[in-house]
Amino acid sequence: MASASGSVVRIHPDDNVVVLARTVRAGEQVEVDGRTVTLPSDLTLGHKLAARDIAAGEKILKYGLPIGTAVAAIAAGEHVHVHNLRSDYLPTYTHDAGRQYVRGER
Amino acid sequence: MAISAYLRDDGRKGIRNLVAVVYVIECARHVAQRITLRFDDSTVHCFGWSGCYPNVHGALMMERLCTHPNVGAVLIVSLGCEGFDRSALRRRVEASGRPCELLVIQRDGGTAATIERGVAAVERMRAAIADVPRVPMAPGELVVGTICGGSDATSGITANPAMGAAFDLLIADGGIGIFEETGELIGCEHIMEGRAANPALGEELVRAVVKARRFYETLGHGSFSPGNAEGGLTTQEEKSLGAYAKSGDSPIVGILKPGVIPTRTGLYLLDMIPDGEVRHGFPNINDTAEIMELIACGAHMILFSTGRGSVVGSVISPVIKVCGNPETHARLSADMDVNAGRILLGEATVRDVGAEIYALMQEVATETPTLSEALGHQEAVLAYKTFEPLGPACFPA
Repeated sequence: MASASGSVVRIHPDDNVVVLARTVRAGEQVEVDGRTVTLPSDLTLGHKLAARDIAAGEKILKYGLPIGTAVAAIAAGEHVHVHNLRSDYLPTYTHDAGRQYVRGER
Repeated sequence: MAISAYLRDDGRKGIRNLVAVVYVIECARHVAQRITLRFDDSTVHCFGWSGCYPNVHGALMMERLCTHPNVGAVLIVSLGCEGFDRSALRRRVEASGRPCELLVIQRDGGTAATIERGVAAVERMRAAIADVPRVPMAPGELVVGTICGGSDATSGITANPAMGAAFDLLIADGGIGIFEETGELIGCEHIMEGRAANPALGEELVRAVVKARRFYETLGHGSFSPGNAEGGLTTQEEKSLGAYAKSGDSPIVGILKPGVIPTRTGLYLLDMIPDGEVRHGFPNINDTAEIMELIACGAHMILFSTGRGSVVGSVISPVIKVCGNPETHARLSADMDVNAGRILLGEATVRDVGAEIYALMQEVATETPTLSEALGHQEAVLAYKTFEPLGPACFPA
C-alpha cells in the first residue's frame, strides 16, 4: 500500500481510483485527494472511488496498471464498478447485471 | 522449532501420517465415507474419483494423492464394474512402500459387509504406520501451495501480498512455493514474463495465460464470481493483479502441471488449464479442485487467502486461512488462522503478517492443527481434464 489517508487507500501513485478502507453509508463524506466527496449510496470496504474526473474510454489504473476501460464519464469521487468500468479481457458475471456475461442472443 | 517429519520409503518427508480411504467411482463413495466416519479423528481422510470413464489425468491425480508424503497407507474402495483401473492404482501405491488394501463391493458382500471389512482394514493400517520413522525436516524442505478463494478487493491489498512475503521467506530458506490459477493471471502475463528465470520460460508463462484466456472465452466468462463483484472487484484483470500478489517477489523458476512434482528449490507456476480442444468444462470448478492439484504436486500445506470468507479446508494437506478483510475476520474469526486485515487498518505491515504466516507454517508442520483441520474440514473434488507433457523450457535450468 502506497498511502492510507483515513477512509480511502491509494495503492499506487499513478492510480486514478482509490479504495475504501472501511464500509461507508450513503450521505457520509470521505476525503479523496484533498477533496471532500459525499457518497450517494452505501458502499462496503474495498470498493473503488474515482480519484479525479475520468473520461469515457480512459483506462482505469489500480496497482499502477490498467484494470479495464471507463465506459462512461466518471466524476471525481464517484463509485467505479461494473456500471462504468469494463474489462479489456473477459466479461464480468454478477447477479445484479443479470446475463451480462452471456455472449450473443439467448 | 524443529519439524519431526514422517519419512516415506521413497525418501519424501510428510508432516501428517494419514490413512486415505479412496473410492474409485461415485458408486463406492458412500461405503468409503462410512468407513472414514467410524474414525472420528483427523487421521483418516476420504476422497476419490467420481467418474466412470477412465481419464489419464484422473489416474495420475489419484496416484499422486495416494502416494503424497502426508499419506501413510491407502484403502481403495471399488464398486467392481467401473472404468477406473483400481489394480494399477494398487500396484503403484504398493510400489511406493505404503500398506494398501483393496475392497470391491460387488465381490465383498455389498454395503454393510464392505464397511465392516474396511473398518478392520483401516485399523490394521493405522497400526502398521504407527512406527513410521521420524526424521528432522528443515522449513526449507517444505513444499507449499498458495490459492485465493472468496476474494474481495481486500485480498489483493492485504492477504495476498502477505502470503507472497511468506513465500519469499520460504524460498529464501530453500523451499518450494507453487502458485496457480492461470485464469486469474489474465492481465499479468507480461509482468510475470519479466520474473521468469530465463526468456524461454518467460515465453512459456505468457503462452500459459493466453491458453487460459482462450479457454475462458470459449466457456463464456472468466474466473470471477458474483461475490467478487459484491466485494468491490470489477474486472478479471483487477482480480488477477490482486491474485498475482500471492506469488511474492522471488524469480519464477518453472511451470508445473497437475501431478508434476517439483524437485528443485524455488517458485513455480502451476498451469492448471487443460491442453488442446476446450472440453470437460471449467478448469477450476471450485477452490477445492485447485487445492487438490497443488497437493498432487506435493504441497505439504496450502496458504489460502480470502476476503469474503471461505471456510474450506482439505484432505491430505492442512490449509492455513489468511483473511484479508477485517470486517469478515470479525465475523468469522474462528475459521481464520491469520488476520491480514490489520494491514488495512494500519495495525501491521505486509512484512509483519508475512513473517507471522511463515512462523505459523512451521508450527503447522509440527502437527499443530490449522483451524479448518480442527473443525474437521476435509473437502475434496477431482474432475476430468486433458494435459499434454510440459516442454523443456518449463523446467528449472
